[in-house]
Amino acid sequence: MTAGQVLLVAVLAVPLLGAAVAVALPDRAGRLAATAFAGVAFVASAALWWGRDGVGWFRYGADAGRPAVQPWHEVDAPWVPGLDLRLHLGVDGISYPLVVLTALLTLLCCAYTVWHAPAGGPGRTLAALLLVVEAGILGTFLALDLVLFFVFFEVVLLPMYAVIAGWGGAGRRHAARKFALYTLLGSVLLLVGVFTVVAAAGTADLVELTGGGGLSRGTQLAAFTLFAVAFAVKSPLWPLHTWLPDAHTQAPTVGSVLLAGVLLKMGTYGLIRVAVGVAPLGAREAAPVLGVLAVAAIVVGSLVCLAQTEIKRLIAYSSVGHMGFVLLGIATLTATGISAALIGNVAHGVITGLLFFLAGAVKDRYGTGELADLGGLRERAPALSGLLGYAALASLGLPGLAGFWGEAFAVVAALERGGPLWTALAVTAAVGGALTAAYLLRLLRRVTHGPPGPAVARPPGVGPRGVGSLAWPEVVAWAPLVLLALLLGLAPALVLGIAGDPVAALLGTDS
Amino acid sequence: MTQSVDHVALLPAYLAAGTAVLVLLADLLVGRRGATLAVAAVGAAATAAGASFVGAGPDRATLCAGDACSYLAGDRAALVAALFALLTLGVLGLSARLPGVPAGEYAFLLACSMAGGVVLGGAGDLITLIVALETVTLPLYVLVGLRRQTVASAEAAVTFFVVSVVATTLTLLGAALLYAATGVLHLEPLRDAGPLDTPLAAVAAALVVAGLAFKVAAVPFHAWAPATYDGAPLPIAAYLSTASKLGGVVAVLAVGVVALPAERTGPVLATLAVLTMTVGNLVALRQVRMVRLLAWSSVAQAGYILAPLGAAAFAAGRSAEAQNLAVAAAVAYTVFFVVLELAAFAAVVALRPAGADGGPIDAYRGAARRRPWVSAALVLALIGLAGLPPGLAGLFAKVAVVRSLLTGGAGWLALIVALNAVIGLAYYVRVAAALYAPPQPAPAGPAAAPGAPWPVLAVLAGATAIAVAAGFAPQWVLDLAS
Repeated sequence: MTAGQVLLVAVLAVPLLGAAVAVALPDRAGRLAATAFAGVAFVASAALWWGRDGVGWFRYGADAGRPAVQPWHEVDAPWVPGLDLRLHLGVDGISYPLVVLTALLTLLCCAYTVWHAPAGGPGRTLAALLLVVEAGILGTFLALDLVLFFVFFEVVLLPMYAVIAGWGGAGRRHAARKFALYTLLGSVLLLVGVFTVVAAAGTADLVELTGGGGLSRGTQLAAFTLFAVAFAVKSPLWPLHTWLPDAHTQAPTVGSVLLAGVLLKMGTYGLIRVAVGVAPLGAREAAPVLGVLAVAAIVVGSLVCLAQTEIKRLIAYSSVGHMGFVLLGIATLTATGISAALIGNVAHGVITGLLFFLAGAVKDRYGTGELADLGGLRERAPALSGLLGYAALASLGLPGLAGFWGEAFAVVAALERGGPLWTALAVTAAVGGALTAAYLLRLLRRVTHGPPGPAVARPPGVGPRGVGSLAWPEVVAWAPLVLLALLLGLAPALVLGIAGDPVAALLGTDS
Repeated sequence: MTQSVDHVALLPAYLAAGTAVLVLLADLLVGRRGATLAVAAVGAAATAAGASFVGAGPDRATLCAGDACSYLAGDRAALVAALFALLTLGVLGLSARLPGVPAGEYAFLLACSMAGGVVLGGAGDLITLIVALETVTLPLYVLVGLRRQTVASAEAAVTFFVVSVVATTLTLLGAALLYAATGVLHLEPLRDAGPLDTPLAAVAAALVVAGLAFKVAAVPFHAWAPATYDGAPLPIAAYLSTASKLGGVVAVLAVGVVALPAERTGPVLATLAVLTMTVGNLVALRQVRMVRLLAWSSVAQAGYILAPLGAAAFAAGRSAEAQNLAVAAAVAYTVFFVVLELAAFAAVVALRPAGADGGPIDAYRGAARRRPWVSAALVLALIGLAGLPPGLAGLFAKVAVVRSLLTGGAGWLALIVALNAVIGLAYYVRVAAALYAPPQPAPAGPAAAPGAPWPVLAVLAGATAIAVAAGFAPQWVLDLAS
């Protein structure tokens, strides 16, 4: 076993082990143990960068015999031959940023739980469930076998349901059930799609199947449709997005951060790796439909956000809009588009994670997230209000911060595609971008500016910490995200540099 | 003409029948409840061991008339016999504390049913099949009614008896007509007897399948199941939903796949499968009593088991490779299902007072606080039945079924299975959430049930352990099934 293989297995095994340990210990010790294990997993995931055995541009190529997926490290062991299931894990330029993002967000969430566990159950169980969710998401990003991808896709469902149902807000049971049923619908369609491909191709290996794997056009179209609907539920793509606002609003802060930060990325990553990778002919046929739905998501998401009155629900709907940009990038099936989607993914994870942390902080301090009750935050809590403004600006796509690249270059990619449809989509998406700015600035006007609202003016009776300033655990939890939002905005090559060749190989093989 | 009898092949049957006799003797001579149940348990374990021993050896056939044999002791027969024996062992463990039930008669009847199941696995002709199936069911008529002094139990017994007798009549009539049409009773020669395109043969085939569909509780022959499960004592409900269903599935497999031509039975089984899973899931959504919910859910699960066999309705599904895959998937699903169902029932028995029925689902609210480990096992079993991690056994079972359907070209059937899995999650998750919900205020009345007796917990632990092991290494189940 090389070091890379050990790291790959460790990245999955450490969170599961940590979950078991955390549940076995008493409350506070369990949360600390969970954070420690999350830290180890983060270090292991970052360490995957080293030892990539010289995978340079010359390893890729559109000529026959060169696989389009060249993982830096690879583990391939048989598990259930009777179901075409192999334990085939690997990381490459497309999945590495998402893996590190997942590990980082989980570490921050576990650390946040140590400091402040929401009511509803022992904090150690919440931390353990977060670690299990992390293992499932990491497995999805690392899986190079279709059936393994499906298994890890399913692993995430029940722990996330338990997080929402156990520690959520007032409407948590309904929101959790809707989340579980919708996500399972996507998962079972994924199962049917996976075995459509496996039955036709005889193998479930993503490395072999990328580029079409010799499947007929009809099979590819059927498979792409099933995959696309499955991932559209997860991403989410309008009109299959209705589970998202309730789930994000009712989930506890750490649940919302993980949901918005990484769970949604499972859908878009699946679209790129599995749907476009395995069924490129189907992707080309269905791309216009996907593009239209993506732009509809942007516009509808933005318009609905303009009407929102509660901060968490507003951020939740903003995810629909942002994922619309990512999906538009994927739908263009150009290198620019998919690169925009990849950086948009990571940027959205960082920025929306930060936004949900901040929204959770506001709700904890003032007891409400209603925009009508908030206002004038910059006078009472200047640091918090400043960070909220920073995150909102990053989210609306201000150049220099992370959100710009995904939004702008999705539009550029649509224009690059050319033709009346894609140009119209690009223009509509750009208008949607302006609407995004509108609702985020409206949020800032209602929350941070203006006269202090009733919840802000009245000194809150509850709350063990000083309201005006930030507690240092909050600073520690949020600082990495703040820095990343700036760093990715100034140097997107951190994500796109390693993704360039895999994306080109992915798109080059369908010719 | 003398017929040579291979006694080694019949060893599991002898052991099972011997268990029944020994139990009666033990009850007569020793007369203590614990001893009687212990003898029955040892006998069941010995039967399982004997079945494994015979199965590990070469395939045997006995009671032959020329080429056609009435008892085929192959790998699948050994698997079925071992499963029946282990399920009986489990149910005996769950029966450790049943007040008012005579132990000797109870154990004897269970052992007789087990003997029927053991022979069912190796049945080589229609009459042996029907007799064995009746031997599985006949003792259950009495066992269902053993929760005395309750009207529900007596009603359940009578319902079950009447429905089952009608079903057996249909099957017998069908078998007789089939013999009249083809002159053949043995299963393998029946397959070679031709396409059965005379009206008489078609009607006969339909009658046989209909009668057997009663045993599996397939829609529209399912109406007896919820009332019977709810009225029976909990361990017998467990036996009905695991072993009795296993017997029905084995019979349907023997008749629908081996004996009768696939062009005829394929569409019928596909229709049965779709109706069964859909109706079972939709009605289960409305249930408020635990055992009724489990009963309707096991009706739906029977639909998932029949689904791979329905792939024979399509041309691509009738190739030999697709047929083998379909049968293997159905058997594998059945194995995963009976393990998870036994675990679920064991947890329900552990959570309820002695001799009680399943009770309403609201009675289980907050059970996780009082009995965390038992509740965790129940949640694991329910989630496994729904087909999600951490119940990996159930997940791989559904994957096997979908895989066999798509390899057999039955894409729309796979989609229906998939959609039904979503409906199934709705009610499984409702029950699991109820366990972790805040408990209802304690009603004024008898105190909460004391801890369950050790055999019940042992069965629960064993079934859960096997479910978890099968989840991480499902290949051994798939190997056993194929």
